[in-house]
Amino acid sequence: MFEIFGIPSTALFGQLLIGLINGSFYALLSLGLAVIFGMLNIINFAHGAQYMMGAFAAFLLLDVIGANYWVALVVAPILVGITGIIIERAFLQWLYKLDHLYGLLLTFGLALIIEGIARNEYGSAGLPYGVPDALQGGQNLGFMFLPNYRAWVVGVSLVVCFGTWFVIERTKLGSYLRAATENPTLVRAFGINVPRMITLTYGFGVGLAALAGVMAAPIYNVSPQMGSELIIVVFAVVVIGGMGSIMGAIVTGFGLGVIEGLTKVFFPEASNTVIFVIMAIVLLVRPAGLFGRRA
Amino acid sequence: MERVDPALAAVSAPTAQRGRGTGEIVAFIIMVAALLIAPFYVYPMFVMQALCFALFACAFNLLIGYGGLLSFGHALYFGWASYVAAHLAKVGTISIPIWYGSPTWHWLTIPLPPLPPEIAILGGTLAAAVLGLIAGSVAIRRQGIYFAMITLALAQMMYFFALQAKFTGGEDGIQGVPRGMLFGFIDLKDQSHMYLTALGIFLAGFLLIYRIIYSPFGEVLKAIRENEPRAISLGYKTDRYKLMAFVLSAALAGLAGSMKAIILQIASLTDVNWPMSGEVVLMALVGGLGTVFGPVAGAFILVAMQNYLAQVGQWVTVIQGVIFVLCVLLFRRGVVGELANILRIKL
Repeated sequence: MFEIFGIPSTALFGQLLIGLINGSFYALLSLGLAVIFGMLNIINFAHGAQYMMGAFAAFLLLDVIGANYWVALVVAPILVGITGIIIERAFLQWLYKLDHLYGLLLTFGLALIIEGIARNEYGSAGLPYGVPDALQGGQNLGFMFLPNYRAWVVGVSLVVCFGTWFVIERTKLGSYLRAATENPTLVRAFGINVPRMITLTYGFGVGLAALAGVMAAPIYNVSPQMGSELIIVVFAVVVIGGMGSIMGAIVTGFGLGVIEGLTKVFFPEASNTVIFVIMAIVLLVRPAGLFGRRA
Repeated sequence: MERVDPALAAVSAPTAQRGRGTGEIVAFIIMVAALLIAPFYVYPMFVMQALCFALFACAFNLLIGYGGLLSFGHALYFGWASYVAAHLAKVGTISIPIWYGSPTWHWLTIPLPPLPPEIAILGGTLAAAVLGLIAGSVAIRRQGIYFAMITLALAQMMYFFALQAKFTGGEDGIQGVPRGMLFGFIDLKDQSHMYLTALGIFLAGFLLIYRIIYSPFGEVLKAIRENEPRAISLGYKTDRYKLMAFVLSAALAGLAGSMKAIILQIASLTDVNWPMSGEVVLMALVGGLGTVFGPVAGAFILVAMQNYLAQVGQWVTVIQGVIFVLCVLLFRRGVVGELANILRIKL
C-alpha cells in the first residue's frame, strides 16, 4: 500500500476500477445508440429502459425457469432484441420520413411505458441478483484487490465493443451497413434489402443494451429506474464523442468512466456532474464533439 | 441538418402565415371567460396548478413551435425558479458560492429579510433567465437531436446541484412557503386573491408570448426554423436569435415555476427532475406544437388526467407513455392543431 497525491493507492485504483466498469456500460450503450442512429436516424430514448429490460430478463429467467447467469447472458439479449424488432416494425418504421425529433419523442414514450410497467410489477426497490459461482472472489494484485466479476465485465465489454467495431468497419456486412447509412436508396438499387437491415440493426442495438443490463445485474441491483438516469449520462457521452464514429463512442465511453471514477477520489461532490461539465466544455471548444464531423 | 422540416412545418402551417385571425381573438375571449368562471365550478387549486403548467408549456412551445428547438430540459428553469422564489419568500438571505478553497466553499452572503411575493417571483424569473443564458449559449452550438440531448444533460446536472445544495432542502424541498402580501396590500392567503393574481400572471405571460410570436423577432425565428442557412445568407445572426428565444423561453418557464412555488407553497425535486421536462413536452405535443392555444389545452388535459386518475397511481406514467406514442404516430397536430385544421382557422 502506498500513496499517490496523498490518496491511498487502494482507494485510487478501486475508484479507477469502478470508473472502468461504468465506462464499460457507457461504451456499450453509446455504441448501441450510435449504431441505431446511423441506420435509423433516431435517437433511441428507450435505450435505458431496454438495458433495464435486459437486467429484468436475467432476473426473471433465474426466478421463473431457474436459468443461470450464463444462459441469461445469451438468451436475455436475444429476447429483448426481439422486442426491439417488434417495436421497429410496429412503431419506428413510420417515422423515418419525419423530423428526427419525433423518433426521440416516441422512444421517450416507450421508455415511460416500459419503466412504468416494471415499477408497477416489481416496485421501486432493487431486486438482488447474485454473482455467478465461477466468477466469485477476486485476485490480490498487491496494490489493489480485483474482484473477478468486475474484471470479467470490463473484459467482455472490451471484446463486444471491438467486435462490433470490427464487424462494422472491416467486414462485408459492415460495408453494406455503412453504405446504407450513407445512401439507402442507392444501396437498395443494388438489390440489398435495406428495410430488413434497418430492422435487424435496431434489434442488434437493443440487444447490446440488454447485454449491458445482464452484466450490470450482479453489480447494481435490478431496479426499474436503473436505466433512466444512466441514459441521460450516456446522452452526454454521445454528445462529447459525436455519433459519427464507432471507435469514438467506445473510447469516449471508457475514458469518461475513468474520469468520473477519478473525480470520486479527488473531488467527490462533483462526481455526479463531472461528465455534464465536460460536455459543456467540449461544446464550447469543439462544438462537433471530439470525434464528430461538423454536421 | 440543413433542410426544410416538412413534419414540423405541417404542424405549424396555420401560424406560418402572417397576421392575426379573428379565430384567435374569439378563442382568447372564450379562454379568459372560461378561466374567470372556472373556480366556481372546479376546485380553484386545480385551476391554478393547471395555469402554472399552461404558462410553462407556452414558454416551452415558444422554443419548439416557433424556433424549431426541442428542449428536453425545461424542468431546469421551472424547478430552479421555483426554488429561488420559494427561498426568497421564506428566508430571503442570499448566499452565492464564489470560490472553492479546499475543503469548503467560500460564500458571499447578502442578508435579506423574507421578501414579498412579487419580488420573489421576479427573482425566480431572473434566476431562470440567467440559467437560460448560460445553458442556452452551450446548447445552441448544436442542432436538432443533439440540442435535445444537451439540454437534457444540462438539466440533469442542475438536478444534481439542486439535490446537493443546502438551500433547496434536498429530498424535503422547501416547504411552507408563505404567500405573503402582494404589493403590500393584497393578501394572497385569500384564495380568490391568489386566483386572480395567478390568472393575471398567466394572461400577461400568454399575451407576451403572443406578442413575441408576431413580432419581427418572431418572424425571423420562424424563418430560422424553416431554413436556417437561408436565414444566415439573408444576414441574420441566427445564433443570437436562437439564444434570445432560449432566454425568453427559460425566463417565462421560470415565471411559471415561481408562480407555482407561491401558489402551492412548496418547491421540490419533482419540479427539477427529468420527468417534469418530459411532461411539458407532452403537454405541448398533446395540445399542438406551434399553436398559440395548444399548450394551454394540453396542460389542462394532462393536469386533469393526473388529478382524476390519481387512484390508478403508478399507471399514470404508463398512460403518459401511451399518449406520447399515440400522439407521435397518429396525432401530430395535437388537439388544438386538429381543431384549427377542421375549422380552417388559426388557433
